Amino acid sequence: MAPPVQSQRSPSPSQPSGKGEVSDLKLQLRQLAGSRAPGVDDSKRDLFKKVISYMTIGIDVSSVFGEMVMCSAASDIVLKKMCYLYVGNYAKVNPDLALLTINFLQRDCKDEDPMIRGLALRSLCSLRVANLVEYLVGPLGSGLKDRSSYVRTVAVMGVLKLYHISASTCIDADFPAILKNMMFNDSETQVVANCLSALQEIWSSEASTSEEASREREGLLSKTNVYYLLNRIKEFSEWAQCLVLELVAKYVPSEGSEIFDIMNLLEDRLQHANGAVVLATIKVFLQLTLSMTDVHQQVYERIKAPLLTLVSSGSPEQSYAVLSHLHLLVMRAPFIFSSDYKHFYCQYNEPSYVKKLKLEMLTAVANESNTYEIVTELCEYAANVDIPIARESIRAVGKIALQQYDVNAIVDRLLQFLEMEKDYVTAEALVLVKDLLRKYPQWSQDCIAVVGNISSKNVQEPKAKAALIWMLGEYSKDMHDAPYILESLIENWEEEHSAEVRLHLLTAVMKCFFKRPPETQKALGAALAAGLADFHQDVHDRALFYYRLLQYNVSVAEHVVDPPKQAVSVFADTQSSEIKDRIFDEFNSLSVVYQKPSYMFTDKEHRGPLEFSDEVGNISIGIESAGTVVPVQRVEANDKDLLLSTSEKEESRGPSNNGSVYSAPSYDASAVSAAASQTLLELAISNPTVSGHAPQPSLEIDDLLGLGLPVEPAPAPSPPPLKLNSKAALDPSTFQQKWRQLPISLSQEHSISPEGVAGLTAPQALLRHMQGHSIHCIASGGQSPNFKFFFFAQKAEESSTFLVECIINTSSAKAQMKIKADDQSLSEAFSALFQSALSKFGLL
Amino acid sequence: MISQFFVLSQRGDNIVFRDCEHRGEVQKGTAEIFFRKVMFWKEDGEGDAPPVFNVDGVNYFHVKVAGLLFVATTRVNVSPSLVLELLQRIARVIKDYLGVLNEDSLRKNFVLVYELLDEVIDFGYVQTTSTELLKSYVFNEPIMVDAARLPSLGPGGIFMQRSKRMPGTAVTKSVVANEPGGRKREEIFVDIIEKISVTFSSSGYILTSEIDGTIQMKSYLTGNPEIRLALNDDLSIGSGGRSIYDYGSSSGSGAVILDDCNFHESVHLDNFDIDRTLSLVPPDGEFPVMNYRMTQEFRPPFRINALIEEAGPLKAEVILKVRAEFPSSTTANAIIVQMPLPTYTTRASFELEPGAVGNTTDFKEANKRLEWGLKKVVGGSEHTLRAKLTFSQESHGNIMKESGPVSMTFTIPMYNCSRLQVKYLQIAKKSKTDNPYRWVRYVTQSNSYVARL
Repeated sequence: MAPPVQSQRSPSPSQPSGKGEVSDLKLQLRQLAGSRAPGVDDSKRDLFKKVISYMTIGIDVSSVFGEMVMCSAASDIVLKKMCYLYVGNYAKVNPDLALLTINFLQRDCKDEDPMIRGLALRSLCSLRVANLVEYLVGPLGSGLKDRSSYVRTVAVMGVLKLYHISASTCIDADFPAILKNMMFNDSETQVVANCLSALQEIWSSEASTSEEASREREGLLSKTNVYYLLNRIKEFSEWAQCLVLELVAKYVPSEGSEIFDIMNLLEDRLQHANGAVVLATIKVFLQLTLSMTDVHQQVYERIKAPLLTLVSSGSPEQSYAVLSHLHLLVMRAPFIFSSDYKHFYCQYNEPSYVKKLKLEMLTAVANESNTYEIVTELCEYAANVDIPIARESIRAVGKIALQQYDVNAIVDRLLQFLEMEKDYVTAEALVLVKDLLRKYPQWSQDCIAVVGNISSKNVQEPKAKAALIWMLGEYSKDMHDAPYILESLIENWEEEHSAEVRLHLLTAVMKCFFKRPPETQKALGAALAAGLADFHQDVHDRALFYYRLLQYNVSVAEHVVDPPKQAVSVFADTQSSEIKDRIFDEFNSLSVVYQKPSYMFTDKEHRGPLEFSDEVGNISIGIESAGTVVPVQRVEANDKDLLLSTSEKEESRGPSNNGSVYSAPSYDASAVSAAASQTLLELAISNPTVSGHAPQPSLEIDDLLGLGLPVEPAPAPSPPPLKLNSKAALDPSTFQQKWRQLPISLSQEHSISPEGVAGLTAPQALLRHMQGHSIHCIASGGQSPNFKFFFFAQKAEESSTFLVECIINTSSAKAQMKIKADDQSLSEAFSALFQSALSKFGLL
Repeated sequence: MISQFFVLSQRGDNIVFRDCEHRGEVQKGTAEIFFRKVMFWKEDGEGDAPPVFNVDGVNYFHVKVAGLLFVATTRVNVSPSLVLELLQRIARVIKDYLGVLNEDSLRKNFVLVYELLDEVIDFGYVQTTSTELLKSYVFNEPIMVDAARLPSLGPGGIFMQRSKRMPGTAVTKSVVANEPGGRKREEIFVDIIEKISVTFSSSGYILTSEIDGTIQMKSYLTGNPEIRLALNDDLSIGSGGRSIYDYGSSSGSGAVILDDCNFHESVHLDNFDIDRTLSLVPPDGEFPVMNYRMTQEFRPPFRINALIEEAGPLKAEVILKVRAEFPSSTTANAIIVQMPLPTYTTRASFELEPGAVGNTTDFKEANKRLEWGLKKVVGGSEHTLRAKLTFSQESHGNIMKESGPVSMTFTIPMYNCSRLQVKYLQIAKKSKTDNPYRWVRYVTQSNSYVARL
């Protein structure tokens, strides 16, 4: 309803200004209030409508409150409803007036007509005036027991409303317990559904302070409760089905057969016309089968057709919501969708937010068999009238080129783009050709021939210009005009607004100079002079740096600035796999549409109704771990244009590493990490400002760079040998509860051996092995390369428990462990046991 | 959990505004924030605003129905599908009640709409969206907008409408209001609506084709009789051996093979596997009985031939040919052929065939687009348009790349490409004397119908 605040808004000419009309209305209502003339109800209805229409457009009509209440004493239900609507809107800002209505609402709560009882109860609970809550408890109590299911549904929501006005009143009246009872016994499914919604909200918010509420909240996920709801699922309305399915998705079955029972029961929900029901069902299927790789893949196959049907039926808005989810699944398992690529072709009349998703999906599913067709299709879009989409399409072609082995045909296409003579096409294509050359230097001959024909005057976009300049510098040996083009660009230094371009220009002219000194010397001198005079600090510093290098020794300078380059094998992914997993865990929520985990766009209390397993994840994957640790063979990127920013990074990193990285005989990750760390250690020690607190800080630097050097375990102060109980038992809900409550007592990261990685192809083996060491797995999941395990163990002859979260990434060969313990003093000892168990498996 | 629900007109006026929670979670003024964001999205060069976006922690969901914006807000990380589906459903319920959904009818009936909303959403939680159930809670009578100006109720009514994606039935009768005669007419409408997408390559091959169909029902039957709807006997579902049902099917020639389909929750599929009949007790109001999707090859209703050729240094000629490949007993309506031209086109002069009637031609200067409209096209006929273009600069021999693709929109009543049929519509009715009207109607509409150059 239009909030009174809006009344300050100046009314538009078509709308009445308010004041005069309102007092007029007041007068008329007063006249009608006592009248019993025939037809008076109709006139009242008309007046009421007028009041409500003023309210909607934002005129303050709170001054007629008294008259409204007086008029609706009559039994006309339409009048009553309008009055309730009005009262609900103004009661909160006029508590005194609200008090006036309590009487008649309470009386109506005892009316013969269940409709009136329900409506009155709803209005009573919607008054939202804190000092009136005492009047709610009685009517709510009897409403919950009402013989009419309508009144009961209203009453259950009323309890939740009461909880939000005054939690203590609600709890003291023992309403949650009543709702719990009703949830299992009421014959009306909407009552059951409302009980579930209300209890989820109440117990979730109580759980932080009350042990009991926290237990009750977990009780909602008990087998009894979940099965009870599942067995009735077809009686529920489609919306209530979504609610139940959302709950089931959090349920952790204790045995495998349950998983199949649940999936068989829900199989036909996948054919529902309501996309929300289908997505909620899919979430259940995906979550249940996380640890069963084969079945999980079958689930993907099974849900493909229903998802595609939903995408193409319904309104564009609905299909977008489904498409976002399909997008997530395609990005997770592109190979499953590679034969469906035609479904991801863009239609000319689709909005660009749909096209963007489809382009990404096309890029992801491209493989050896369909690349030709996909690239042909993408090339059609490059001439699209929608320029942003045309750009995206060209980028997509480039991305496919970078991920394919056979890039022959694609390179030709890209080169054709350069010949299209459309500014933005040329610009995008230049950037791509540059990236392509960084990965496939063998294509340089073909590309350079075409690039050489492009006049630098036709390239205006900074990114494209930078790319062109980079190529001029890099391939100046083969590009006949390179020194002269660079020279003319340097002559226009003043007009070049982009610092990025000027930086590239400095580097390119340096590289060109090493290759063709006589032709470039003049240009280099001009560039360095212009650079030194540049107002931009980075440009100035780089010019100065080059100048000093050259002064020191030209061959050293060449070694630093233009060493032989290794092809880049993998460009970094924009999103860490942890973030992707997190979004996947939040399937069927806004996280998928925004492509961000919920902590990035919403605060804690609004993440969604049930946050059990998420909280476990929350602790393990905090924001801080989102991307600060970068594996060595990848290059960190935070810019939209990954490749360009990485190229800058490489270059800026080059000098500080003394060139040792790039001249290393083979680009082997371990060699590099060793070399780099050594360099850093040397740097740290030789640098007088840092050496003060060596060697401890140097270790920290290692960690900072995530080089994965095994950290020396601190010698524990001779703890008594720890023995574990081989028959330890813990149920999942207790685990979750403990995991939430206990602080992290130890957090470690280890590198894992290649043999260990191989062993993980069958995670079951690891679980059995750990069990042999009295460390039990309670939950595991993930897909290569990311595995996640939750273990627990108990101290022999004591009930002291240890909990472990272990995340293993096989591609970066890292294992992260977080240990929580009842008795924190024992966590070191436990960690040692845990590690020795892992190393006996060959992991460490 | 929804915080607010509102309906805005195209100009951004609040027509309906409901605060569902009073929890103070979402601040006031959201309607203005929302409308400004949607308006400026396009100007920021990012195209249309997506149906879901977040401003300062508040999530905005919207769907466009009949030129109105149906909006919901929340701070909670809810299921976007659920909220968008709900918004669409609210629009449908309102339409069921008002007969016609537009700004005028909504303004006249906003009290009724509030009454409906109160029962649909309580404290942000969905209670019901069934028109059937809502009837017992809702007491305001709808005020009808001038029905005289609206298309007739007959089976032809549907073809007057040209909504882009999902044409509603033109049944503009409220499910609750009584006819002027006082007595409701017993009738039921079943519409088979197919949206087709075809992409032709430059050489005329079909690159992709898809039919997205809906069997939509709107029932005005009293007493909730059971209905049986029989589809083609040879209908099979699941293509390429990936059949989800095991029929041991022999998909011989002529069989209709759907890739996949889904059903309204009221539909019973007990006999579907045996004799392809759907049985259901139709709830009041309009609803999709079944949605289906088909990529099996079909004969596209139109062939498009487009040619652009240079005709001198600053000139080119375009020849567009459209051939209707459906029976001559069928007529397509409201055909529009569009073709983007090179950006340096300054002028276009058109030449139609002699004797062409009901044709319009236009060169849209602003977006450099050629537009050719044909009121009617009879099956089997062929139509040609010639256009002479004048350029402001030389074309570098790239005109093929700088123009096209040709796209087409049309509606073909009483025709469907999939050959999916309703064989019969049986109404279980106690009295033999009262025979309700049954309307079974087919319509094919273009979704994305494109020919590349």
